[in-house]
This record gives sequence, C-alpha cells and structure tokens, in this order.
Amino acid sequence: MNNKEWPLWEVFIRSRQGLDHKHVGSLHAVDAEMAIENARDVYTRRMEGVSIWVVESKSIHASNPDDASSLYDPANDKAYRHPTFYELPDELRHM
Amino acid sequence: MIEISNSELQDVPVQKLPVEALINYTLNLADTSLILGHRNSEWTGHGPVLEQDIAISNIALDLIGQARNFYQYTAEVINKNQVAFDLPYVTGRAITEDDLAYLRDVLEFKNLLLVEQPNGDWGQTILRQFFFSAYQYLLYEQLQKSKDSQLAAIAEKSIKETTYHLRWSSEWVIRLGDGTEESHQRMLNALQEFWMFTGELFKPSAYEQVAAAMQIGVDVTTLKGAWMEKVTAVLEEAKLPLPTTPALQSGGKTGTHSEHLGFILAEMQFLQRAYPNSNW
Repeated sequence: MNNKEWPLWEVFIRSRQGLDHKHVGSLHAVDAEMAIENARDVYTRRMEGVSIWVVESKSIHASNPDDASSLYDPANDKAYRHPTFYELPDELRHM
Repeated sequence: MIEISNSELQDVPVQKLPVEALINYTLNLADTSLILGHRNSEWTGHGPVLEQDIAISNIALDLIGQARNFYQYTAEVINKNQVAFDLPYVTGRAITEDDLAYLRDVLEFKNLLLVEQPNGDWGQTILRQFFFSAYQYLLYEQLQKSKDSQLAAIAEKSIKETTYHLRWSSEWVIRLGDGTEESHQRMLNALQEFWMFTGELFKPSAYEQVAAAMQIGVDVTTLKGAWMEKVTAVLEEAKLPLPTTPALQSGGKTGTHSEHLGFILAEMQFLQRAYPNSNW
C-alpha cells in the first residue's frame, strides 16, 4: 500500500510566444496541485512557459496507430480542402 | 524602539559602525542562504522521486543565487570603504564574492544554526525549509523597505523565489503530517529535532540591532508574531502539535556554531583552500 506508485500526469505548457499549450512530457504526482508544482519545477526551469496545464494520463484517450491508414490516408488526395485560394488580410494574426 | 547595549558595541569605533554593521548584516543573510542551499544540494541525485529531487535542487540553486547577490554586495562594500578584512590567500587585489564564501572559517560564519543542521530524512528537510521559508518571506517583505537600495533590490528579487519555497514546503508539511502513520511520526520527530533552533531567528544580534536602528536591516523581533501565526496554521492543518518547549539554541549569528558547520565548510571550501586562487 505504501509503495503504491503515484499517478502519471501529462503536462502542457504555453510558451511566451505561443497561444496554445503544447505537450512537453509527463510526470508523477499525487494530485493536480502537486502535478502543477512538479511541472513548474521540471519543465519551466529555463523560462519555457507562462501557463501550465496538467491532466491525468488515464483521462487521455488516443487513436490507435494501427488505424492510421484508414483514418488519415483518405485526406491525402483532397487538395481542395485546403483554403489556399484566399488572400489573408493583414489584420489577421496567428494563422 | 531598539535598544543597543553599550557593552556589545564599545569595541567598535563610532564612525565605522554603519559599515561594520552593514557588512556583518549582509554576511549573515548571505551565509544563511548559502549554507541552506548547500544542505539542500546534498539531496541532488538522492531525492525520494525524480520530481522532488529537481524541486529541492531548484530551491538549493535559488538560495545559492541569493547568497551570491549578498556576497557580491558585501565585497563591494568592503572594497569601496577599504575595510581591513583579513582573508587568507588574498593579497594585493580586491575581495570577491568567492573569497567570502570559500575563505572564511567557522567562527566567521554568521548563518542561523537551523540551516546547518543535517538533512535527516525528507520530513526533516521539509520542516527545516518550511520554518526557514516562513521566516525568510517575512524578512524579505520588510527588507524591501530598507534604506539601503541594494538590499531592498535583492529582497524584492528574492521574495518571488521564497514565496514558492514557502508554498512548496507548506504543502509538504501538510501532506506528510496528515499522511500515513509513518510520515506523521517522522514529522513529529522532525519537530523534536528542529524546534529548538527557531528561537534564534527572532533573537537579534548586535549588528542586526544596529542595522535595524539605521533602517537598513529588519528588526527580527517584529517578525515572530506573523511567523507563529503561519506555523500554527500549517501545523494545525497537518494535524501536528505546535511544540511548547522553549527554543533556546542560538549563537550562529555571532559565529558560535554546532559541530556540523565545520564539516560543511571542509567539503565546500576544500578546493579553494587546497589550490588557492584557482579558477575554472
């Protein structure tokens, strides 16, 4: 009982430049509060971030790599889905 | 109102008083941060889990960084005022931060006794950090108002780090105190080991009294109430009893140390003493 492993958490950091939180790695912690502090200590030592998200790894559901061909290949030959024919106005940022 | 006993000060020429007090006061801050930083660094590679190994190492680096700022300023004050400051191997050049850290002996170190105590187990290290950070936070809060702009600036920069140290150590005290039967027992043991050193935090030395009177330093007696409040609240949440025994151990601020400091310095200072003035 005492040797029980702490749950695993996935860590997402938003950098100074970016708007999105990017996955940076994982760590062990007993609860969300400790996970955020651990993330601060492990992943923001070199001024990488201004915001941290953590989520328990078990809450993340992933697609199966074996399904890759049926999931992603069909998009391969559908160039018309790319909005490449638009001129972007200058005021539009973060695209 | 601060009373300065004449007997403690009669050996110091009046015109030199401010500079002497400032040097001793700054060394006290520097030494305390350096020694606790060194103690915490002993955990590097030995932490209970990787994440906490990194956390305690970060705190060690913060404290050693604070010590550097204070040593650099002390060296500047010594050099600018041409104070006769006797250090081995230093001749014909200005004194540096490294000289102050590596070439002073046990009796010249002015750190608190609390910070030189051995790490013990994780619970002891945590409790020592909590006692200290709760104190250092209050100290820096006041030191930001120092009439000495350099000390005020160092305090303002450092208090951000200390805020996190206090948050981190408080949560660990609660986690361990209100944890398993074993962790609770270990925290009781840690209280037993370290409580006796907490009185010194609020017992001013002569140079602290002078520094406080000059409004350069903090009157540490005024910090005790808020410190007790914080400690009481955290211990209560941790389901740990507030010790009622007197905390009488003191002397570190004036160079009367426990036997442990000599071993720390022997390890820390070895290189500079074996190979004086070496660089890397």
